[in-house]
Amino acid sequence: MSWHVATVVGARPLTRTARALTLAVPGFAGALPGQHVDVRLTAPDGYQATRAYSLAQTGVDERVDLVVDEVPGGEVSPYLVRDARPGDQLEVRGPLGGYFVWHDGDTAPVLLVAGGSGVVPFLAMLRARREAGRRAPFRLVCSVRTPADAIERGEVDTPDRGLDVRWVFTREAPPGWPAPPRRITTDDLTAPGFGPDDGTAVFVCGPTGFVEAAAGLLTGLGHPPDRVRTERFGGA
Amino acid sequence: MAVVTRGFGGRRPEPEHDIPPGQFVTGDFPVLSAGPTPNVDESRWELTVRTETGEGTSWTWEQLMALPAEDVETDIHCVTHWSKLGTTWRGVSLDTLLADVETSAEFVMARSYGGYTTNLPLQDLLDGQAWVAFEFEGEPLEPVHGGPARLLVPHLYFWKSAKWLRGLDLMDDEDLGFWEQNGYHAYGDPWLEQRYA
Repeated sequence: MSWHVATVVGARPLTRTARALTLAVPGFAGALPGQHVDVRLTAPDGYQATRAYSLAQTGVDERVDLVVDEVPGGEVSPYLVRDARPGDQLEVRGPLGGYFVWHDGDTAPVLLVAGGSGVVPFLAMLRARREAGRRAPFRLVCSVRTPADAIERGEVDTPDRGLDVRWVFTREAPPGWPAPPRRITTDDLTAPGFGPDDGTAVFVCGPTGFVEAAAGLLTGLGHPPDRVRTERFGGA
Repeated sequence: MAVVTRGFGGRRPEPEHDIPPGQFVTGDFPVLSAGPTPNVDESRWELTVRTETGEGTSWTWEQLMALPAEDVETDIHCVTHWSKLGTTWRGVSLDTLLADVETSAEFVMARSYGGYTTNLPLQDLLDGQAWVAFEFEGEPLEPVHGGPARLLVPHLYFWKSAKWLRGLDLMDDEDLGFWEQNGYHAYGDPWLEQRYA
């Protein structure tokens, strides 16, 4: 699998720490929602650094849409969030990963559980579902610290038939929000049509601690472990 | 020569000792697992080595603990680009576990609680290259990192070091494990950057 030259063609801030980047990548094709890419940066003296990022959108060949959340003290994400600008060049390899993927022909109900920037691969799934006009029932549960940390909340909250969205705020809820700030519970993960007996495909993505907690709640509810696909970032 | 990324490079870490191409050093211990973490109680833990003729040898937790263990200090390299340096482990060498197993097989499928699998050549598990590890940094191995016991094969990318190990099946022919069927390299040498098939 080879590296493709990528050129930044768009950049849009999403939160205090997250930014959407659009790259033009001749030769890149065939990505599925949920997949990721390797991104490689090369300094003028030849020094390189590579990181993996989920695709925020699929379906347009030769284009790569990322949402990068800055890791404090990081090396690559601060560059992509703060410094990169249209015209800059980097390299991309992919698409990668054949397991944490939603196929738009699959009609099973889908339960998506996101912690923070773990929502990024789910944006790709929601966008693919909408684009393909699919009816597979989707439920997205997004846990974020504060309203200001919510990535693409406007888009996610746009009514879409068969899509059910629940936000969980862990530190600070919006004014008038019916619940105080709290962590995700089994209530958030339970909804008619998205249970273990409904053949639900479950995807969980977020920081390791969040995924461990959510996956534990889900298997506790009876979801078979082999129907709970996880993607984690950060240490434990 | 790769394209140069304007303005990149100012945040690079201090150079440390050699790491494989495309890797960066982390102080964290990131967790990569395809599904939920299975909680495997030591009282029901069992490890079974099965030969190509179907003959099985099993160890309970107590039996594993009764075997001679070794301390291992090693760097580990994950295909998702992080490397962790100087990690310390304690476990039983595969040389010990396989000493009395009669086989002419050349390949092994490691199997985990939870259903994960990964394939390795048998010779990569022998001669002091692999362990069944049950301690990390002096503490019992946490479930999230593969406890109570995981395979430790540090000279290959870390997806080969199967968490929650429950069995080793010896095979005459190479068969592909979970990530190997999902796009990863069949062997996975980090120094050759064998990430993807």
